[in-house]
Amino acid sequence: MALTGVEIFKLLPKTNCKKCGHPTCLAFAMKLAQRQASLDACPDVSEDAKRVLGEASAPPIRAITIGTGPVAVKVGEENVLFRHEKKFVNPCAFGIEVKDTMPDEEIKGLVDAVLNSEIDRVGQKLRIDTILISNESNDVKKFEAVVKTVSEKAPQVPLIISAKDPSAAEAAIKLVADKKPLLYGADDSNAEAMANIAKKYKTSLGVAADGLDALSVLTEKVKGLGVEDIVMDSGARTAKDIIEHNTLIRRAAVKKNFKPFGYPVITFAQNSDPMLETLKATLGVTKYSSIIIMSNIDKWKNLVLFSLRQNIYTDPQVPMQVEQKIYSIGEPTPDSPLTITTNFSLTYFIVSGEIENSKVPCRLAVMDCEGLSVLTAWAAGKFTASKIAQFIQESGVENEIKHRELVIPGYVAILSGAIEDKLPGWKVVVGPREANGLPAFLKSRSN
Amino acid sequence: MAFAAPKETYSGKVYEVTIGTEKTAVFGGENVLPFHSFEGTTPNKPVIAYEIQDVSPDDWPETVKNVYAGVSGDPVKWAKYCQDELKADAIALRLTGTHPDRNNRSPEEAAKTVKDVLSAVNIPLIILGSNHTEKDSSVLVMASEAAKGRNCIIGKAQEANYKTIAAAAMANNHKLIAMSELDINLSKQLNILITQMGFDKEKLITDPMCSALGYGLEYTYSVMERIRLAALSQNDATMQPPMVGDVGMYVWKIKETQAAEAELPQWGSLEERGIAWEVATAGALLISGIELLIMRHPKAVDAVRKFISEIS
Repeated sequence: MALTGVEIFKLLPKTNCKKCGHPTCLAFAMKLAQRQASLDACPDVSEDAKRVLGEASAPPIRAITIGTGPVAVKVGEENVLFRHEKKFVNPCAFGIEVKDTMPDEEIKGLVDAVLNSEIDRVGQKLRIDTILISNESNDVKKFEAVVKTVSEKAPQVPLIISAKDPSAAEAAIKLVADKKPLLYGADDSNAEAMANIAKKYKTSLGVAADGLDALSVLTEKVKGLGVEDIVMDSGARTAKDIIEHNTLIRRAAVKKNFKPFGYPVITFAQNSDPMLETLKATLGVTKYSSIIIMSNIDKWKNLVLFSLRQNIYTDPQVPMQVEQKIYSIGEPTPDSPLTITTNFSLTYFIVSGEIENSKVPCRLAVMDCEGLSVLTAWAAGKFTASKIAQFIQESGVENEIKHRELVIPGYVAILSGAIEDKLPGWKVVVGPREANGLPAFLKSRSN
Repeated sequence: MAFAAPKETYSGKVYEVTIGTEKTAVFGGENVLPFHSFEGTTPNKPVIAYEIQDVSPDDWPETVKNVYAGVSGDPVKWAKYCQDELKADAIALRLTGTHPDRNNRSPEEAAKTVKDVLSAVNIPLIILGSNHTEKDSSVLVMASEAAKGRNCIIGKAQEANYKTIAAAAMANNHKLIAMSELDINLSKQLNILITQMGFDKEKLITDPMCSALGYGLEYTYSVMERIRLAALSQNDATMQPPMVGDVGMYVWKIKETQAAEAELPQWGSLEERGIAWEVATAGALLISGIELLIMRHPKAVDAVRKFISEIS
C-alpha cells in the first residue's frame, strides 16, 4: 500500500543535503508520495529503506504480460477504484474463445476475424488482443493440433491456453512457450501440476476457483508453489456475481493490501445474446476486469467495446487535446475550403468526422485553445479574432491555397467582422453552429 | 491469509421517487453504489422510459425511425404503441415541435398534446421541452398545468429557466429534472437553488448531462460516480436525488449510428451497431449511477432490461 509523505520521510537520511534536487528530505518525501520523484535520486538512502519503499511503491495489482513483441498485452498495475481518482493504468484485453471441438472452418474463420479486427480509432490502433484456446474435447492430440493451427495462422497474437488436464496443458504449452502465453485452468485439483508447467515453461498461470474464499486460498497455494505471475477467475459468470466479485477483489487489493488478490482478473462474458454479451463486457470494462473473453467477433461489437475502453481508460486529469496545425482531410487542392476549430479532441474528432462524411476535401485549421471547445474557448478569450488571424498568418496556409476564405464555426459568427479586419484580403464565411451541419454546408458550397 | 470481504456501509441513501398515478414506476432508494446488493439495500430496479415526440422524428436515423414508422406521425398512437405493444414502464414525451427552429408550436398546442397523450395511456409520463431554455419556460408551465394530478416528471429545469419551471412543477405536484452541464458543483448548486424556492428535494431528479459512448461518455460517467459517492459517503442531501440519463437523444445523432456499412466496412452492421451503441451507453451509465433511462430503440431497451434483471 502506498505510504504517506511522512511515513516515507522517516525512512530517509534526514540530512537535507539537497543532492536529490529538493530543498529538504521532507519535500523529497512528499514528491515520492505523489510519485513525482524516484528514490534513485537520493544517494545516501539505506538498503533497508530501499526495500521497504520498493515494496510499498509496487502497484497493489501485479502486472502480467501475455505474448511478446509489439502486440503483447500488459494488464494489471491498477491503483484505484474510481477513474476520477487517478487514471486506470493498463487497458483491459479483449479475447475470444476458440474451442478445439469446433470444425476447422469455424476456427479459421475466428482466427481470420481476429487478424482483421484492427480499427483505427482516435489515433489509436485497436484490435482483439488475444485468443483463448480451450481443450473442450479432453483429447490431447486434438488440442495440440488446434493450438498449432491457431499459432501458425496468427503467429503474433498473444494466446491463452485453457486446459484442466495437465498433460493436455503441457503438450500445448510446449508448442508455444516462446510466445509467452497465459496458461489458464489451475484449480484446487491440479494446482501443483499446473504450477510446475508454468514454472518449467516460464508462463503466467490463470487460476479458477468457485467463489472468493476458495480463490484466495488457491492464489496463495499457487504462489507457495513458486508462481508469481497469476491471473484470477473467481467463477463469476452472471452480471450480479461479476460486479460483486470484481468490486470486492479490487477493494481488497487496493484498500486493504490483501496480497492474495493482488492479480488481474479474467472475466468470461460469453452469452448467446450478442447485446447481452456487449453489456457484460461493458460491465467488465468499467468494473475491474483485466481480460474479457467473448464468444465471437462482430465488427460493430468491437467498435463499441474499443470505444468504451478508450473512454474509461483516458486520464481524467488531462484535457484531451490534439496538435495545433492545418489538417488535410481527403486530398484538398489549392481551391478546397479552409475551416477552423479549436483543439479540444472531442471537437476535432467530431468536426473532422463530419468533414469526412461530406466527402468534400478540406483543410481544417485546428488552433491551440488549451483543449477547450469552441464556445468555451471563445468565452475564455482563447479563440479570438486576433489570435485566429495570427495563427492563420503563421501557419503558412496562405502558400497552400489560392483563395482567401475562412469558414468559422457558427457559434462564433460574432467574430467574422473582427477577423476580416485583422486578416486583410480575407473573407470570413460563417459555417453551421453544430458539426453535423457541415456535410450539407460543404456540399452546397462545392456545387 | 483468510479473506474478509471488505464491504462498505454508507451513511447516505438515494431518495426513492414514485411517478404516475394509475400505474406507477418507482426508482432510487438504494443505500449503496449501483447494483451493490451484496452490501446494502437496492429496493428498486432502474426504470426505462421510451422516448416519443410531438412531431414525427424526421431527424432520427433510419434504424430507429423505421421501428415507429406506422405510429410516429401521431404522438397519441405512438404513446399507445409503447404502452401496449412494447410494454413500456414509462414514456418520455419530448415537445420537439415547440422549438423555434423546428415547428415553433405554441405552449397551448404543446399542452393539448400532453393532455391527449395522458388520456390515452395509464403509465407514467415524463414531459420534456425542446431544450430551448427561453421557450421551455413557457411551454413547460402550460404542460405542467395540463398534466395536473398525474404525478409526471417535468424537464428540464436549467440555470437559465429553473424558476418558472420549478414553480409550475411545484404548483401542479410533479417531479422535476434539474439539468446542468457536466460539472458536479453546478449540479449541486442548481439542486440547492431549486430547493431554496421551496421545492421538495425528494421530488428532484438530477440530470448531470448525458453523452454518448465515444463522445464524452467518460465525463458523464465520472460526474455520476462522484455525485453518487457524495450522496452515499458524505450523506450530502443535495446529491441524493436519483439521476436520469437522456441516452437516446445523444446516441442517435452521432456518426456511429448513421454511417452505412458500405462506407465503413470496419464498423460492421449499421443496425446492430446503432442498437449496441445505445445499449453500451446505457449500460455504462447504469453502472455509474443512473436510475432513470430515456431510450429509443426497443431492442436496446429489451437488452438493457435483461441486463438489469441479471445484475439486480
